[in-house]
Amino acid sequence: MAYVDDYPDAAKVVRANFGVAFAALSIGGIFGLIQAVHRTGFFRGLINSTDYYTVLTGHGVLLALVFTTFFIAGLFTWGVTNSLERSLPNPRLTWSWFLVMLVGTILATVSILGGFVPELPLSADVLFTFYPPLQASPVFYVGAALLIVGSWIAGLDWFLAYWGWRKDNDGERIPLQTFMVLTTMIMWYVSTVGVAVEVVVFLIPWSLGLISEVDPLLTRTLFWYFGHPVVYFWLMPAYFVWYTILPKLAGGRLLSDTLARVVFVLFVILSTPVGFHHQYVDPGIPEGFKFIAMTNTMFLLLPSLLTAFTVVASMEHGARQRGGKGYLSWLWKLPWDNPAFSGCALAGIMFAAGGFSGMINAGMNINYLIHNTLWVPGHFHLTVGTAAALTFMAVSYWLVPQITGKRLQHRTLATVQPYVWFIGMTLMSNAMHRAGLAGVPRRTAEPEYNVVDATFPNVVGGMGEMQLQIVLGGTILFVALSMFMTVMIGTWLAERGRGTLSVNSHLPPALSGPESSPRVLDNLKLWAAIAIVLILIAYGPPLAGMLGDGIFAPGTPGFPV
Amino acid sequence: MEIHRFEKVWIAIALLLIVGFIATIAYGALGPGVKMVDASGGTIDPEAVAAGESGTAFDDPGVRQTGPNEYDVYVVARQFQFAPGTSQPIEVPAGSTVTFHITSPDVTHGFNIAGTNVNTMVIPGQVAELTVDFDETASYGIVCHEYCGGGHHTMEGTIEVVPQAEYDGPGGS
Repeated sequence: MAYVDDYPDAAKVVRANFGVAFAALSIGGIFGLIQAVHRTGFFRGLINSTDYYTVLTGHGVLLALVFTTFFIAGLFTWGVTNSLERSLPNPRLTWSWFLVMLVGTILATVSILGGFVPELPLSADVLFTFYPPLQASPVFYVGAALLIVGSWIAGLDWFLAYWGWRKDNDGERIPLQTFMVLTTMIMWYVSTVGVAVEVVVFLIPWSLGLISEVDPLLTRTLFWYFGHPVVYFWLMPAYFVWYTILPKLAGGRLLSDTLARVVFVLFVILSTPVGFHHQYVDPGIPEGFKFIAMTNTMFLLLPSLLTAFTVVASMEHGARQRGGKGYLSWLWKLPWDNPAFSGCALAGIMFAAGGFSGMINAGMNINYLIHNTLWVPGHFHLTVGTAAALTFMAVSYWLVPQITGKRLQHRTLATVQPYVWFIGMTLMSNAMHRAGLAGVPRRTAEPEYNVVDATFPNVVGGMGEMQLQIVLGGTILFVALSMFMTVMIGTWLAERGRGTLSVNSHLPPALSGPESSPRVLDNLKLWAAIAIVLILIAYGPPLAGMLGDGIFAPGTPGFPV
Repeated sequence: MEIHRFEKVWIAIALLLIVGFIATIAYGALGPGVKMVDASGGTIDPEAVAAGESGTAFDDPGVRQTGPNEYDVYVVARQFQFAPGTSQPIEVPAGSTVTFHITSPDVTHGFNIAGTNVNTMVIPGQVAELTVDFDETASYGIVCHEYCGGGHHTMEGTIEVVPQAEYDGPGGS
């Protein structure tokens, strides 16, 4: 029996979420290609340089916020129902969060696209960080708020399913997938408070003219209170896949249930009190608070380093089950022709590279050299753009057949696709990192800056070579995205019932199961409380300092875009 | 709780790496004295800066000599220019220690001497301060590295570090 037969209602919810996610991915991907050819100067005929920022806002919002949130909502709905072996409790509640998220997405998207039509009073060329005093249409802020509120209700839905299960299973350990969903959502609740306050208390009233001024540093700080944990909101679902599905795809079992839980607990505790590492070079924030955030950030390396060990060890276990031998030659026994496996594995390799560039970002003093240069998008295209996005695509090859009951179509395309993505991202991200080191800024339509062009060429290969790699890489990534969409649309439109599926949602238990892990790990209230205490320490004094001169001061009026 | 021997070793190495990273940064602050941009510049009313009535040096931005080889440079970063920097270069002598004071009367900007670690955000309401040693003669580009509106990609400037002998004082540029 496929998942769709066991849980037809939940499968429908997962399909709806994936549908929106893939639509956002397609539009965001087209925007990405336009940016790659425009900013490298290969072709600037499609848009003018002012519209570049409309495209850039669309790329960031549709991929980093919409694609991820909807895909995660679908993935978690599957994970909760599959691991608790029960449907979500209240279909009306479930569809209400989907609709709230959808309406929010439509409002935000319409407002962003309004930037192409200057005659319309809709515009949101504020990029996905929307720093005031740049001011978007209220429609954009309301849309963003609804997307987040919808995700909160989705979390409630999963908690309700868990509480229902708990009533019938007193004393049992929380199933691992549900544990991961709940810890991710606790992290999400704690961290989205920042952006919710920013948008609801300040930006919506300000864009409606109800308040005249906002404090740019305060709102920016509230954004980054949320802006770093959001990357873990993208990453923890990828870890969820690597811990619970990838070992099976590799042919084995997860090594340790305990360490998987420890990793997710560490993320709950440490994800939020780190936001100042995005503000290392902000004036108005005393150095001591930056140092505290830096220390927390460095300790946040621990769960990722633990994950590297467990995931590689679980893959090795799988390979040895398949007859793998030797120190490294077991690698050849892994199912590299299965795109669900290869996509996750390649995403993991790229995440390691992204982790290293992240260590540079986290290094408070070296950060001066790369802050807001092209290095930074080079970094996060490895993390959210590959560790999360390629894992999501890979798991779709495995999960979409199960939520539709249809066999995967265009298998050859699917088999090749993760490698194409990997090659494209290697070219693009490598060149972006190097260009950033040379001082090329991010977030600009025309990075050549005529006056300062002389500063850039004294790097290996020169600007021309890096621009070429970026445009080539971006184009290859777009090809990989088109291949993915061809497979998905083909599968979605295929006939049901032609042969049985070759995949199922049964997941083998860990080699070292939950019975040997301390029960305190399942004490979600404890971890949430510790997280809140750490946040109060990291954010209490600096926020008090910023609020000390009045919540709207030093204030500025809006500068509509 | 069972943890594999190899994994224990791995965790120990990971913790060592983390503590090592933190130590390098602590050393950077205490040894070579790498200072972070912080709250030392204080706050300022952005609308007063826009009107040129802030009662500070930002009303007449530019280079000021404060000691034998020490200079203060006040820069107003606004959509889409640095004053000074864009329409005339910022000129300082080689071998000088220069403290930049930068603020914005409109939106958030960036101030980066391209290819160097002279890098700060410029946030309305805040004054960014950073001190730089210019040891050698050079010509640097300044870029605004934070999106600040439709003309962002045109916002740039230059710094000329001229030989001591050729420098004719803050008013010379």
